[in-house]
Amino acid sequence: MLKTTPLNAAHRAMNAKMVDFGGWDMPLHYGSQLDEHHSVRRDAGMFDVSHMLTVDIHGENVRQFLRGLVANNVDKLTLPGKALYTCMLTPTGGIIDDLIIYFLSESWFRLVVNAGTADKDIDWITGQSRQLAPALTITPRRDLAMIAVQGPNARTKVWNVIPDSQAISENLKPFQSVMLGDYFIARTGYTGEDGFEITLPAGQAADFWQKLHAAGVAPAGLGARDTLRLEAGMNLYGQDMDETVNPLESGLAWTVDLKSERDFTGKQTLLETPVNRQLVGLVLLDKGVLRNHQKVITRQEGEAGEGEITSGGFSPTLNQSIALARIPAGIAAGEQVHVVVRDKQLAAKVVKYPFVRNGQALV
Amino acid sequence: MSVPAELKYTESHEWVRLEADGSVTVGITQHAQELLGDMVFVQLPDVGRALAQREDCAVVESVKAASDIYAPLGGEVIAVNSEVETSPEKINEDCYAAWLFKLKPANAGEVDGLLDAGGYQKLLDSEAH
Repeated sequence: MLKTTPLNAAHRAMNAKMVDFGGWDMPLHYGSQLDEHHSVRRDAGMFDVSHMLTVDIHGENVRQFLRGLVANNVDKLTLPGKALYTCMLTPTGGIIDDLIIYFLSESWFRLVVNAGTADKDIDWITGQSRQLAPALTITPRRDLAMIAVQGPNARTKVWNVIPDSQAISENLKPFQSVMLGDYFIARTGYTGEDGFEITLPAGQAADFWQKLHAAGVAPAGLGARDTLRLEAGMNLYGQDMDETVNPLESGLAWTVDLKSERDFTGKQTLLETPVNRQLVGLVLLDKGVLRNHQKVITRQEGEAGEGEITSGGFSPTLNQSIALARIPAGIAAGEQVHVVVRDKQLAAKVVKYPFVRNGQALV
Repeated sequence: MSVPAELKYTESHEWVRLEADGSVTVGITQHAQELLGDMVFVQLPDVGRALAQREDCAVVESVKAASDIYAPLGGEVIAVNSEVETSPEKINEDCYAAWLFKLKPANAGEVDGLLDAGGYQKLLDSEAH
């Protein structure tokens, strides 16, 4: 039996093509994935991301608990409402999940974790809490829905739908959030465009979705969400990273704080382990489409010189194929590699990502 | 779901049109097109290549996935539709107009093994359950 979000009926009413996404019955597209992609890059689109899980942590000194739990440093969160992107690691540095942490008050932090890892995350976090901070309350919020509204016109369209929201949210910088009644409005996203991710009570989600649609926001499915995040160079858990790799070989060194004195789970291993692999962007020079798990051949010899595409696909904005790939360290941007596609080796260029940001091609 | 009565079909969702000159034209069905979604890349066989029946000979790729195309009949490739190579979205717009390649069958008897519209519709109905 598939799990459903509070918007399931709304998706079906919009003729969504529904798919099993990690046990959730989710919309893949509503007709054309390409059209939905372009709507987000050029105007505004909305995604049901209610399968992701909000986890509230309440109690005295939540911050101290989070200092040890995650690889990024929650001491960067000084203003209430501020958000931090981070990985949560195993003791050996593997990535349990990537998540966003919102600082709401010293006695209330909010985590948003991936759907597919939610149960594992809750087990890990409660286990750690029992040992280190047993007085904290950890509350999974399946009573909430989440809708991401993304695109250059996304914020304006949200303001037209939620009364009084403009005044309170127009000065939010990226990675800041604010509460407005039942709405939790964050200027975050997974598309490389401006916009909000809005968390609200599950019972209000369908009505809000319809109002956004009436305001000219196009429904967009998981298909467009994937091509948008790939163009934006954002990792997908389970593809670009998992417990077998660490953040330093996953393009996420910028999210790991190894400078402060603070200890965190996985830190010791990260300090002791040489980084032999890197996550890079690839742009296909030949014709074709790069796909997950295709082999990458570099100028470095032998099996050690090989890599693998972790996320490959067609970029609707660039009108060519792009990928994220994990390849040996030492191969630099600008170099040419080859990707094994069926019976051929296709030429691709190593690039720094993101590929696209705010509607503009960067490669 | 559109299944034109005048065409023949394969279980791998190609359509086949028998032409007056004895050649056959091959494309992918509406069902295949809908499953794959927006097309972004098409690779067709070289003209002159001799194909065995069910040999994989072309690739269509959508934003979602790559799909192999199999020769419905053995024979020689006598033409390819280069328009779908430059504009793969033509397949989404009208998959029965956007043909992929034409074959000169080596053994006309193989045509009898193809599904007619009724048989293909039954296949679709059974796959839907």
